[in-house]
Amino acid sequence: MGSQGGFGQSKEFLDLVKSIGEARSKSEEDRIILGEIETLKRRIVEPDIPKRKMKEYIIRLVYVEMLGHDASFGYIHAVKMTHDDSLLLKRTGYLAVTLFLNEDHDLIILIVNTIQKDLRSDNYLVVCAALNAVCRLINEETIPAVLPQVVELLGHAKEAVRKKAVMALHRFYQKSPASVLHLISNFRKTLCDKDPGVMGATLCPLFDLVTIDVKSFKDLVISFISILKQVAERRLPKSYDYHQMPAPFIQIKLLKVLALLGSGDKQASEQMYTVLGDVFKKCDTSCNIGNAVLYECICCVSCIYPNTKLLETAADAISKFLKSDTHNLKYMGIDALGRLIKISPDIAEQHQLAVIDCLEDPDDTLKRKTFELLYKMTKSTNVNVIVDRMIDYMISINDNHYKTEIASRCVELAEQFAPSNHWFIQTMNKVFEHAGDLVNIKVAHNLMRLIAEGFGEDDDTTDSQLRSSAVESYLRIIAEPKLPSVFLQMICWVLGEYGTTDGKYSASYITGKLCDVAEAYSNDETVKAYAITALMKLYAYEIAAGRKVDILPECQSLIEELSVSHSTDLQQRAYELQALIGLDACAVESVMPSDASCEDIEIDKSLSFLNHYVQESLEKGAQPYIPESERTGMLNISSFRNEDHHEASMHGLRFEAYELPKPMVPSKSPVTYTPSTELVPVPEPSYSREVHTSTAVPSISNSGSTELKLRLDGVQKKWGRPSYSSGSTSTSESSSQKTVNGVAQTESVSTSTSRAQATSSFDLKKPQVEISPEKQRLAASLFGGPIKTDKRPTSSKVVKSSSHATEKPPVAKAADTASEKSTPVQPPPDLLDLGEPTVTSSAPLIDPFKQLEGLLDQGENVSAPNHGAVNANKASDVMSLYVEIAASGQSGGAVNPVPTNGDDMLSGLSGMGIRTASPGGPAGSSPLSKGPNLRDALEKDALVRQMGVTPTSQNPNLFKDLLG
Amino acid sequence: MIKAVMVMNTQGKPRLAKFYDYQPMEKQQELIRSVFSALSSRAENVSNFVEADAIFGLDSRLVYKHYATLYFVFVFDSSENELAMLDLIQVFVETLDKCFKNVCELDIVFNYSKMQTVLDEIVFGGQVLETSSAEVTKVVEEISKLEAASNAITLVPKTVSSWRGR
Repeated sequence: MGSQGGFGQSKEFLDLVKSIGEARSKSEEDRIILGEIETLKRRIVEPDIPKRKMKEYIIRLVYVEMLGHDASFGYIHAVKMTHDDSLLLKRTGYLAVTLFLNEDHDLIILIVNTIQKDLRSDNYLVVCAALNAVCRLINEETIPAVLPQVVELLGHAKEAVRKKAVMALHRFYQKSPASVLHLISNFRKTLCDKDPGVMGATLCPLFDLVTIDVKSFKDLVISFISILKQVAERRLPKSYDYHQMPAPFIQIKLLKVLALLGSGDKQASEQMYTVLGDVFKKCDTSCNIGNAVLYECICCVSCIYPNTKLLETAADAISKFLKSDTHNLKYMGIDALGRLIKISPDIAEQHQLAVIDCLEDPDDTLKRKTFELLYKMTKSTNVNVIVDRMIDYMISINDNHYKTEIASRCVELAEQFAPSNHWFIQTMNKVFEHAGDLVNIKVAHNLMRLIAEGFGEDDDTTDSQLRSSAVESYLRIIAEPKLPSVFLQMICWVLGEYGTTDGKYSASYITGKLCDVAEAYSNDETVKAYAITALMKLYAYEIAAGRKVDILPECQSLIEELSVSHSTDLQQRAYELQALIGLDACAVESVMPSDASCEDIEIDKSLSFLNHYVQESLEKGAQPYIPESERTGMLNISSFRNEDHHEASMHGLRFEAYELPKPMVPSKSPVTYTPSTELVPVPEPSYSREVHTSTAVPSISNSGSTELKLRLDGVQKKWGRPSYSSGSTSTSESSSQKTVNGVAQTESVSTSTSRAQATSSFDLKKPQVEISPEKQRLAASLFGGPIKTDKRPTSSKVVKSSSHATEKPPVAKAADTASEKSTPVQPPPDLLDLGEPTVTSSAPLIDPFKQLEGLLDQGENVSAPNHGAVNANKASDVMSLYVEIAASGQSGGAVNPVPTNGDDMLSGLSGMGIRTASPGGPAGSSPLSKGPNLRDALEKDALVRQMGVTPTSQNPNLFKDLLG
Repeated sequence: MIKAVMVMNTQGKPRLAKFYDYQPMEKQQELIRSVFSALSSRAENVSNFVEADAIFGLDSRLVYKHYATLYFVFVFDSSENELAMLDLIQVFVETLDKCFKNVCELDIVFNYSKMQTVLDEIVFGGQVLETSSAEVTKVVEEISKLEAASNAITLVPKTVSSWRGR
């Protein structure tokens, strides 16, 4: 077979592939391909290229593109090739264009015509090729051009064509549902096609349609059920069997459709029960595809209206999955468990061991799936353990995508089920510390709000405990390097607000820390803003308390640095701070009251306090206020007179001063009064305002009475003023509050606050209501450890087991036997816990121990030098255990030299592959030679089996961890 | 729906990349790279499933199988069954094996278009079309014959005969 012609390619192409395969680096590869592109560019435009040559060029173009280089210069040649009469070239052309072009490419228009012609071809292979291209290249605009022909093909004599036509229609539906909506009845028709393949193909579009609109397909339930029944009873031709299963792919699709149709529909579901039971029974669990059908049955059972008997069958199937040796089945088992657990939460109990095993498994996919399951089964009783494990895992991974996901899950669970405030804050700290910037900023805001508001119900002592514990933990964490920005912002806010509240830490200590933060993260303006505002608050509290404020030199320099900062926001804050320090205690107290972040800031939106004043002015002859919207339509005077007051109130909210979260304007009085709008901060706003008000009043009334233009100005001032005069305290406070809180665009404050309150009260109630002793025990046993906060601190396992033993004498006995049996396994007393729930849940008491015995035996097997025994077990999974080509030492290059007989890749296929074993070398008698070194592979396999199968060898570690 | 089918060797060189939703070339390369790095970081004797949300967007799963020097990868969404997809990979490889008589990486490299034909007979527009490798082989043989016949008329006979000889 050595001749290169054997591949039907030229020497040139062979050399190209070879040299790419041997390329040592990416750049070398690129160089080769760029050379190839140059060659192709030259060759492809030569006149009179033989067709075969041309075909090869096109394939080479595809190859070039697959390796990531632009081959767009050749697209047009591929398009031309689709016009060719020769089937070979036409197919090559279609292949190339489907790979090169997207449906919106300009060249498509040149192909549509060809496609139309080919769809009408007598040669069904041409039609198939065209249908294939249709799927990829037709977009919404061009669908009408080919639609009639595709529909016509639904009646084609060849079932292969009908099948593809159905799928092409499905594709159209995916691209533009509107274009084929009138054709849905055709799908119903093809469902009854005499060819099962066409029927099977129709299930795909029907699945999509049913997903979107269940109701209009309810009438098909009976048809689907009868089809499934026929398939399961092997009424289909033998050729549809796959691994002795009758048409499993069709069964799977049918089960999926039925799950959709039966969900929440008792009547439809009841019709399905019998056939589902049949399918369950007929699944051959020894092969992969049988398990696939079985899994789909479980999904279907968990979707439709529940039936106890079927649920039991499903639970049995799940336990088989979980007990299986292969990771694939365990994965499916965990997934199925997660589905079934919604309906019957109890079934998780039986599988605790298996679940914990999967959690400890080296396989990342399985681990994640298990975390998903845990997430679904979290309760207030087991939240600590689950969230702790999640956080541990979160720390251990680098994948940002999954880190974000698991962090948000942690937060969600913690918010929902937190057993105590302290735990909640600790948990959040961990999440922030390790996932920091991946966490949604809202989470930080929620946490700040929680700390500020406390849990509402109880007396203030718990709240202040919460705060001081938060402060303490933050002071500990703050020194750590490289904290995420969001976390720092929150820390700064909490320290500013509550740092000195309990008197444990002096203001100078905390201000020092804050300055360190601002210095260490000097690139992060937000953090600096939070830090300086926190400083301001700390100083304000000090001043208000009548203590003398010593500004640390580093604080002083920070303030100076920020007051010349490029950021106006930072400048503003620095100046505000400087201004505040100059005030007397009384003024500071009212500007910056202590622990007032939750006080409602009343905003009189209607400015009702002005009514009196407005009335007065009107009486003096001032013109009434004309809302902005009506100012152009000055003619409607009569109407606005009546609506005057109403309108005014509407406009109250639109006024800028209330909406801007950054208090540039309102805190700096002059804008309305001094036309120059100077930006120099007024050092004493609270004093200046009285002066300004008094001057402002006459100006308003004067201007109001003169002429329209002036009057409008006056109006603005009129509305501008109240933010200063009577509302002064509240506004200035609100502005500072806003910045201080960092929380709040004004709108969101009220709503989110109430929500936070709701959740927090929820948090408080939940644990007390829900913790039933039984569940506690379950959680304890499920995760092998006591729930730290709920249970008495159990320092040693012995203590714990004895305490349980006194509660339950029979269990103690069992424990004795257990410990006898399990002597070689590390810490036996733990098994007590595992045994317990099975007692309470009336599952057979012996089960875990039996398992244990079995495992011990296994362990001996494994440790015995006889690998063959293990291998024999594995033999059922021949496909995955693969004989490497490497056996004959050729694996290195990307391109292996022409294979010899022994090298065939598929030797292991369906059990017929023992003949390949020979090149394996010394240990060649085993089919298990994955990887270059057989012995290594065997040992590794033995090890993995030992770890994967024997829960006892893994779990003790887990328990140890949890018990500390 | 199946989103993509990839075949790559153990060094990350793509041998086949078919995306059932159009992806621009740069994106394709990026996807291939990230799939490869996800696969190469997996130990042996673990499950054949990888959660591919990070690579292909929400609701994506990936099933792969490692044969000799090649990874076969199917990416799909929740409307497909993982175990079934695993078997589909097997169908694909089985068919290739039948078409090429003991398939190896070289066959795939040099018979790119034939491999595409095989795949097109199994997966069509992102949906499973045929799952019997015997059926697929039959169709592919038929296509080859017809192609060869149409070739013989127009093309140089020498190469053709040797090509048909396979």
